[in-house]
Amino acid sequence: MADVSLQTTPRVRSGRRNLRLWLPLAWITTLGLAALFAPLIAPHDPLYQDLFLERLPPFFMSGTEPGYWLGTDSLGRDVLSRVIYGTRIALCVSLIAATATCLVGSTLGLLAGYFGGWWDRVISRLIEIWMAFPPVLFAVLLVAVMGTGLTSVIVAIALIDWTRFARVIRAETMVQAQMDYVDSAQIGGARRLTTLVSEILPNVLPSIVALLMLEMGIAVIVEAILSFVNLSLSSDVATWGSMIAEGRNAIHFAWWVLLFPLIALFLTVLSFSQLGEGLKQRFDPVLQ
Amino acid sequence: MAAPLICPQTAPAPALFSVRGLRLSFPDTAHKPLFAPAPRIEVLKGLDLDLPRGQITGIVGESGSGKSTLGRVLVRLLRPDAGQVLLNGQDIATLDEAALRPLRRNLQMIFQDPMSSLNPRHKIWRIVAAPLARYANDTSTRNASAARRDQALRALERVGLDPSFGERYPHELSGGQRQRVGIARAIALEPEFILADEIVSGLDVSSQAQVLSLLKSLAQEMNLTIAFISHDLSVIRHLCDNVIVLNRGEILENGPVEQVFAAPQSDITRLLLDAIPLPELDDKWFD
Repeated sequence: MADVSLQTTPRVRSGRRNLRLWLPLAWITTLGLAALFAPLIAPHDPLYQDLFLERLPPFFMSGTEPGYWLGTDSLGRDVLSRVIYGTRIALCVSLIAATATCLVGSTLGLLAGYFGGWWDRVISRLIEIWMAFPPVLFAVLLVAVMGTGLTSVIVAIALIDWTRFARVIRAETMVQAQMDYVDSAQIGGARRLTTLVSEILPNVLPSIVALLMLEMGIAVIVEAILSFVNLSLSSDVATWGSMIAEGRNAIHFAWWVLLFPLIALFLTVLSFSQLGEGLKQRFDPVLQ
Repeated sequence: MAAPLICPQTAPAPALFSVRGLRLSFPDTAHKPLFAPAPRIEVLKGLDLDLPRGQITGIVGESGSGKSTLGRVLVRLLRPDAGQVLLNGQDIATLDEAALRPLRRNLQMIFQDPMSSLNPRHKIWRIVAAPLARYANDTSTRNASAARRDQALRALERVGLDPSFGERYPHELSGGQRQRVGIARAIALEPEFILADEIVSGLDVSSQAQVLSLLKSLAQEMNLTIAFISHDLSVIRHLCDNVIVLNRGEILENGPVEQVFAAPQSDITRLLLDAIPLPELDDKWFD
């Protein structure tokens, strides 16, 4: 069979830099370190009140006090320290809530999309019923019933947002299930569940990861919204949402109280959504 | 009285597959009444055929004639409504998936579109090794997985691909190379039967010729029984021992290639034969 053998050609790989991956990763790593070492980094106790130092402006304005880089709020608490401690809650909620949401939603989406029939009918109806609830009201209601606290916020996010995963992953799975490699696995003696996990899942995974990152950003926002309406954590914990809510009253003369947590929130949500795209580009063998 | 026309060299070989009274229909969801089940479209209308062991049987017909459907029933990707599909005398028409799994080792398939039939996320060696691993007795030890890999690389060599292709992904291969991977996967289990469903229709002419000659030499080496589905009669004539002509779910012709090509029994077969582009100019062409 020498006449039909083929030569191998060297494999070319593009090594261009992927800013969508590395910039968000840098910001999230910074946040992670800040959350981990908050007591070491933060210049002040985030809860310590000093009414003689209330509403100090940030360092680039006049009338500031040394050591208070981003100013203080209406109770004289250091804004920088509170932003740093706020990353703990933000990251904790985004990681746990988004992962839980992803696991529930993706599993249901995969089952509905691949097995079809009754699986699909039941899960699809469930998604439609779920999506008929207004999400923010649903969250407020859930937290009101379960009581405030970190656990309720996480449970509320997972209970509300699993439909986002289920819908998208169901549709993707249905497309993949039509591909010949699924029939091919059956011809090769694979069980249905094996086919789903080892053949279809790797092809749906990029979408799952992109959605997971998006969901992490959304979880940060939902936590901030719940903090804003005072339904997240008790006021003795610094969170970005509660800082924004407190800063709202003084926005005309102490805008920094609201602005800095808002920037942190904005960058974090943007980073997570860009990280999803960046990861997709980095790890998709076809896109490389 | 004339002697019966039986040539000694084409004495009927024992059949690997015997199909009797095969019927299959699909629901026509486009014309489904609101409160009644959808009407059914008959795709296979009672087929009787034999696939002789160790021979290549071409299945030919126009689009929609049911040739791919017939193929998918043979490898039991589809379950027929009625009839028997006897594989070595055992009826596999109504077996469930668990009962079929041990038999599938002997019923392999090469797909039309190798891009779709090779998982884009898996490396080539893994694609070829996956069925091997499922039918292996010595599972889950480190040695066994290395052995699977070697087996897969040997199968790749057998279809004329360098073992270094094992480390690549499907999208890094050309169309002809991908189809060779499809063949390697099918032969890796050393099956008795291979269904080849329009395997060269997506390839350019030179790759077509290479893939076909590869398939033919493998069939001889491994004593394979092949059902070769195609709409191209010139490919069938080049490759096959027997040919079955399907039209709208019914068999029009069934016999050795030379016989069908020399003396077609139906008008439709004659039309299909006339549609083969001729290699040289016909004298009467200018008239």
